[in-house]
Amino acid sequence: MQWETVIGLEIHAQLATRSKIFSSSATAYGAAPNTQANLVDLGYPGVLPVLNGEAVRMAVRFGLSIGARIARHSVFARKNYFYPDLPKGYQISQYELPIVAEGALEIVLDDGTRKRVGITRAHLEEDAGKSLHEGLPGVSGIDLNRAGTPLIEIVSEPDMRSAQEAVAYMKKVHTLVRYLGICDGNMQEGSFRCDANVSVRPKGQEKFGTRAEIKNLNSFRFVEKAINYEVERQIELLESGGKVVQETRLYDPDKGETRSMRSKEEANDYRYFPDPDLLPVVIDDSYIETVRSQLPELPDEKAARFVRDYGLSEYDAGVLTASREFGAFYEDVVQRVGKEPKLCANWVMGDLAAFLNKDNLEIGASKVDAAALAGLVTRIVDATISGKIAKDVFEAMWESGESADAIIEQKGLRQITDTSAIERAIEDVMAKNPGQLADYRSGKDKLFGFFVGQVMKATGGKANPAQLNELLKKKLAG
Amino acid sequence: MAQSLPEPTVAALARGLAAGRYSAVELTRACLARVEAAQPQLNAFITITAEAALAAAAAADAARAAGRAGPLTGVPIAHKDIFCTSDVRTTCGSKMLANFVSPYDATIVSKLAAAGTVNLGKLNMDEFAMGSSNETSHFGPVRNPWDTARVPGGSSGGSAAAVAARIAPAATATDTGGSIRQPAALCGVTGIKPTYGRVSRYGMIAFASSLDQAGLITVSAEDAALLLGAMAGFDPRDSTSVDSPVPDYAAALDAPLAGLRIGLVREFFEKGLDAECEARIREAIAVYEKLGARVQEVSCPNLPLSVPTYYVVAPAECSSNLARFDGVRFGHRCESPRNLTDLYSRSRGEGFGAEVKRRIMTGTYVLSAGYYDAYYLKAQRVRQLISADFARAFESVDLLLGPTSPTTAFEIGAKVDDPITMYLNDIYTIGANLAGLPGMSIPVGFAGGLPVGLQLIGPHFSEARMLNAAHRYQLETDWHLRAPAAFA
Repeated sequence: MQWETVIGLEIHAQLATRSKIFSSSATAYGAAPNTQANLVDLGYPGVLPVLNGEAVRMAVRFGLSIGARIARHSVFARKNYFYPDLPKGYQISQYELPIVAEGALEIVLDDGTRKRVGITRAHLEEDAGKSLHEGLPGVSGIDLNRAGTPLIEIVSEPDMRSAQEAVAYMKKVHTLVRYLGICDGNMQEGSFRCDANVSVRPKGQEKFGTRAEIKNLNSFRFVEKAINYEVERQIELLESGGKVVQETRLYDPDKGETRSMRSKEEANDYRYFPDPDLLPVVIDDSYIETVRSQLPELPDEKAARFVRDYGLSEYDAGVLTASREFGAFYEDVVQRVGKEPKLCANWVMGDLAAFLNKDNLEIGASKVDAAALAGLVTRIVDATISGKIAKDVFEAMWESGESADAIIEQKGLRQITDTSAIERAIEDVMAKNPGQLADYRSGKDKLFGFFVGQVMKATGGKANPAQLNELLKKKLAG
Repeated sequence: MAQSLPEPTVAALARGLAAGRYSAVELTRACLARVEAAQPQLNAFITITAEAALAAAAAADAARAAGRAGPLTGVPIAHKDIFCTSDVRTTCGSKMLANFVSPYDATIVSKLAAAGTVNLGKLNMDEFAMGSSNETSHFGPVRNPWDTARVPGGSSGGSAAAVAARIAPAATATDTGGSIRQPAALCGVTGIKPTYGRVSRYGMIAFASSLDQAGLITVSAEDAALLLGAMAGFDPRDSTSVDSPVPDYAAALDAPLAGLRIGLVREFFEKGLDAECEARIREAIAVYEKLGARVQEVSCPNLPLSVPTYYVVAPAECSSNLARFDGVRFGHRCESPRNLTDLYSRSRGEGFGAEVKRRIMTGTYVLSAGYYDAYYLKAQRVRQLISADFARAFESVDLLLGPTSPTTAFEIGAKVDDPITMYLNDIYTIGANLAGLPGMSIPVGFAGGLPVGLQLIGPHFSEARMLNAAHRYQLETDWHLRAPAAFA
């Protein structure tokens, strides 16, 4: 039987506010346990939540960027369950009336086709704290620093049909939230994570299969592996006559498998109801228009502009707009060089990206900044150095922090463009290799490359390649 | 009984302090002597803070000597033990919080302290404010000073008994379904529940957040006006508090009542109201007519649904509000928990009393999947209808008058085994909570030797008008100045 996979994702993105969603505690990561939890976060008797307006603004930014409907009236609700890291015994979330509804994003698949993924809703909620077990024999510790950290939960439609699509969608959201400046996207610290709802059905069947929810996936690789594992598990189960049960599962990255956490029957009845401590969030048109006017250029818009204005391929434009900083760096280089945007793109995506990768640096920490890289590209464009020599210059710039011009001067790498000098070198090589010259002239065209190499060697690689080609052809012809 | 206070009201005491007839320390000593003397009979206090009170009184005297005294400087009051205080335990009448010392002060505690009042201690109450007789307190029932075999009403029973017995000149209180007005009526004192949002709820331990409102129990409407002015106002820490200026309540007290349109809610007089209580209510209404008010009958047809509506909404909210008492961070924790579930079930099982458990279970049930629509949602719709009834009534009248409670104070133990009968005690008061309206109860005489209370309900933020109407009545009568003989 042919099976079709159906996937929906619930992405939790931590909003980059300075203070928590309902209290004035800081949200910074990595503080000593319980040093960023005040009485509101601890759920003390008598305390009350007060909504952080910045979290609302960020949620609206997100909603506008996915073409969603922004609710003029949204409501916080309590999700009731007992857990030690949930101080109040309920989580404040949004349930029936979320702030963002009905948006969509377009993803590009490996074969270049585009696909629309619907976003059912995005709602604001507070994060829980965490339980600590390591190094605490016989007891559990509770760290409530994270309790009350603002999250936006982005719920997709079940529109994805493979793990690759799910990853492409998740990356798209990841790019977007960082563009918007509403989430740092740090997956190791848990700022960006997702739950995947996975089911399979016979190809052609309209009804969805029974789904399993895989909780708390915090890397793109885990999302892909967990979904692929889960799909295989479900297909095997169905093909051997079994049934998929609706349940929550956990992915174990060490074993590369998912395992059951709790069944539907064991699931909590959360008893959602509107939180009487908080007023409905009422947003008017002028607020929305103000937020809209402050939106940055979004990744898709930017990529389209790169194709249009710089003549880049869609692929290159996609790579260069993968992060706001990367795109800005590229544009800075192009503007400084003033021409050859494709050559600039090759340098940013090629050598620069490779060196960043090698040293594990973000673009903001690059050892060669946009002005320095533009200086190098300018020297290629004005034929001071060849592209090949430029690679060595770049490496020297990366190591020393000096400018391209300084390195070209120090190392004497200026290209030879003096025709007579190149001719002298050619004549010298021809004289030293009479055998090869004879063979070439008797029709062995392939030896042309040999002569190019020899002349380059003799000139220390500095002969202008175009001139060299032209002159060499003439001389060899005799 | 220890020597009586030099004057019965906050207003008179404030004048006495200002005139230097006695110091705040002398007055506080006198109050503390009465508090101690009455405690075995009334059990009005859970915690008496004599030392802190005397220190605050000394500070008040120093402020006065330095010329920094305000109108309330040095006036002794007491707080219902639902308001968090950082210097002494806040129990909420529960074993769960028997040893809980809050790290912070409730907003109203800070505001009243800043106004110079002196806190005598923390007043007894029904456990987590759930009760109408003060019998659910973990610290034992409070007794009614007019007849110590009877209940003072609840949940602010300690507040009402203390003011009625003239051991504290005034007391803070809270009202979720009548918890200020009903005990005020049963103890023959003045009680005001302001408009929802008028007074900050920050630091007031939540029972039902959409209904809870802090207010006062005092001897007179004038006292309530003086203290409410110091208590009310927007609090940035409470999103449900309303950001609108606080009027000068005291300044509005004397306005004449000529032309005041008074509505009598027909449904309040239809059944269940004790005949002698009704007679006192009618007599009070006659006083208002004499003062120039025009009385007409109005109907709020959905008001009889307020008790069942309330007993869905309030338990639903309480089931969630009380989830934080889990033995993890504060409050009662069971001995040697075996695991997490054991920690939860024994800490909560041991820490909460029967009435609190009953309401948590009811609330959990009405919010459960499959029942939410039939109970919680339906109750919210009825709540809207009740609000609409009131709004319609206030199109033709300025204030509603009626009984506060169907009967006078009943005997301790008479209703403890019958929660439904107990719940019906709040039949006249709950509507104002569901609609967020301000309400008062003032003493209007006696039935069988026990006080009867008249309830006033006004439109949102009409406290000034309500206090004015109560004050004018109190200028004509002296029911509010009557004190039980045993505590004179």
